[in-house]
Amino acid sequence: MKELKTAKINPTQAWQEYPAGLEINEPGTSILNKTGEWRTKIPYWDQTKCKQCLLCTPYCPDSSIPVVDGKRQDFDYDHCKGCGICYSVCPFKAIRWEEV
Amino acid sequence: MKNMIEIRWHGRGGQGAKSASQLLADSAFFAGKYVQSFPEYGPERGGAPITAYNRISDTRCNVHSNIYYPDYVVVVDETLLHTVDVAAGLKKEGAIVINSDKDPEELRPLLHGYQGRVCTIDAKALSLKHLGRYFPNSPMLAAVVEVSHCVDPEQFLKDMETSYRHKFATKPQVVQGNLDCLAESMKEVRG
Amino acid sequence: MSIKDRMSGNEAIATAMRQINPDVFAMFPITPSTEIPQYFAQYVADGQADTEFITVESEHSSLSACMGAEAAGCRAVTATSSAGLSYMNEILYVVASARLPVVMAVATRALTGPININHDYSDSMAERDSGFIQIYSENNQEAYDNYLQAHRIGEHPDVRLPVMICEEGFITSHALENILLEEDDAVKKFVGEYHPENYLLNREAPLAVGPYGVSSYYMEARVAQAEAMKAAKRVILEVAEDFERTFGRHYSFFEEYRMGDAEIALVLMGSSAGTARESVDELREQGVKCGLIKVRVFRPFPAEELAAALQNCKAVAVLDKSEGFSANGGPLYAETAAGCVNMDKRPKLVDIVYGLGGRDFTVEQGIRVLRRLEKIAATGETGPVYTHMGQRDLREEVQ
Repeated sequence: MKELKTAKINPTQAWQEYPAGLEINEPGTSILNKTGEWRTKIPYWDQTKCKQCLLCTPYCPDSSIPVVDGKRQDFDYDHCKGCGICYSVCPFKAIRWEEV
Repeated sequence: MKNMIEIRWHGRGGQGAKSASQLLADSAFFAGKYVQSFPEYGPERGGAPITAYNRISDTRCNVHSNIYYPDYVVVVDETLLHTVDVAAGLKKEGAIVINSDKDPEELRPLLHGYQGRVCTIDAKALSLKHLGRYFPNSPMLAAVVEVSHCVDPEQFLKDMETSYRHKFATKPQVVQGNLDCLAESMKEVRG
Repeated sequence: MSIKDRMSGNEAIATAMRQINPDVFAMFPITPSTEIPQYFAQYVADGQADTEFITVESEHSSLSACMGAEAAGCRAVTATSSAGLSYMNEILYVVASARLPVVMAVATRALTGPININHDYSDSMAERDSGFIQIYSENNQEAYDNYLQAHRIGEHPDVRLPVMICEEGFITSHALENILLEEDDAVKKFVGEYHPENYLLNREAPLAVGPYGVSSYYMEARVAQAEAMKAAKRVILEVAEDFERTFGRHYSFFEEYRMGDAEIALVLMGSSAGTARESVDELREQGVKCGLIKVRVFRPFPAEELAAALQNCKAVAVLDKSEGFSANGGPLYAETAAGCVNMDKRPKLVDIVYGLGGRDFTVEQGIRVLRRLEKIAATGETGPVYTHMGQRDLREEVQ
């Protein structure tokens, strides 16, 4: 992935260094915000029980369940906030949701 | 302020006093004058008394206040004489034009001692004759031009044709009736 | 060649909009809107403008729609009045802070209550701190001319702020007066096309507008906005200069009338300035050294320039056509006083609130204020600094 200019923005800079209106002039910058550290609970994926029904993926509000070649992968723990929705919707109890 | 004519219109919402004042401004504009035409609204309802104003001048009118000492007053609805002091501040050397089938002197007692010229015009009869309906503003407009000569009456009739064609662009069939109505109204002013 | 015509302030602004042919016009199609969108709807229906004309369910939504359109890269406009402007309040701030140069026409009118539909500056003055540039017009000509300058001011890369072009409800908006219009092509050439650097529909450079600004960023964004408002002063003058070169009519932050040797002066806005010019003329004929300043640009406020223009006066009355309920005078007075306060030599200042809810302002009232200023200049005593004028009042001393 190409390096994001937004990655250089931080709260030590002067107002002149920011775009007008704090516009964000490139896509996909939410990846820079490692929201994984906000977790108070954490989901675990049990590959043995998972049927790859992929119901968890569209329910994840943080796009933290990557899918490669039609199969879900392990959680993107950099961005998963631990909300537990995947755990609630999984029909096969293939996701545990535990205290950190 | 020199060469400025100030006219105040009294009417009721829906009668077209504001439109008549705009048409007067139009014709004065065509005659090369600087004009103002503006309404003063009270309650925004049909039938409620409204006032409209005209300033007509050789130079741009900077003053934007209402008109308290008009040269001419036009009363589009005779019943207002009982509730509004229509002649308030009217200059003695000016005139008041009232929509009525009565003789001017019959109405003078309602004018709070106004000493100047009082004119009447039977706008209802003229409007019904030429337009088939009661639109008092065309006869009143013609009457005030006839009485005040604030624009040249002949030129006025020509210019009004242009104005009406613009105003009634979607119903051109009413233009001729309005023009006939104006022409006859100018002859029918009494007083 | 300028075209001689006659029309109301509403039609004049609608005409300017038609000539500019914005991409989007979003509006709430019922009172307290103005006739401006009504005229404009006709232009669209007649094929004289190819603007996307969007009727929405409220003013909050009309400005929101304008914001979306402007962020997408369009030139977006709207028009409103009175409570309609108040209902936009939240979005005014959002548009301004997102630095989107929406241009809005406002027929300034009183706010309730008591319920009233007539003119004063209650509505626009309530939004003076929203981040909009505010330009005020004396008559239909100025409303038209100010509108023609608005887009270039707001869209300038050093500014990027929304603009409010204020006319006066009924006094200007419904008054038919003479006007000089400019030809469509000349207007289009003067105003130019809108080419924002960044916009949502540019798929080559994706963009996010209006992000969350936590406290570690919010203040920086606000300072940038404040600096843009300062920069707007320069751009307003540049655009006015080009306007004068192109169309021959002069504009600046304010207009000085007979101020050369004036010892007493009025500071006021809008149509009252026309009326007060007559007051000044009458007293000048009697040898009174008086003048007036008509403030055109209220945001950004030309404090330094105004103070410099007043420095040789002995007494100045600021006429405010909105109540600030500050118990210390109206907004124009507060700005003028703030502008003058650091001058070594400055006039005595008083504030007079007048003309609320359509209360008429007359030549005689202007003369009365100037007479009062003569006394202040002679004695150095201001008397009550903050008073009202035009109301019926049992207190003899304020009559």
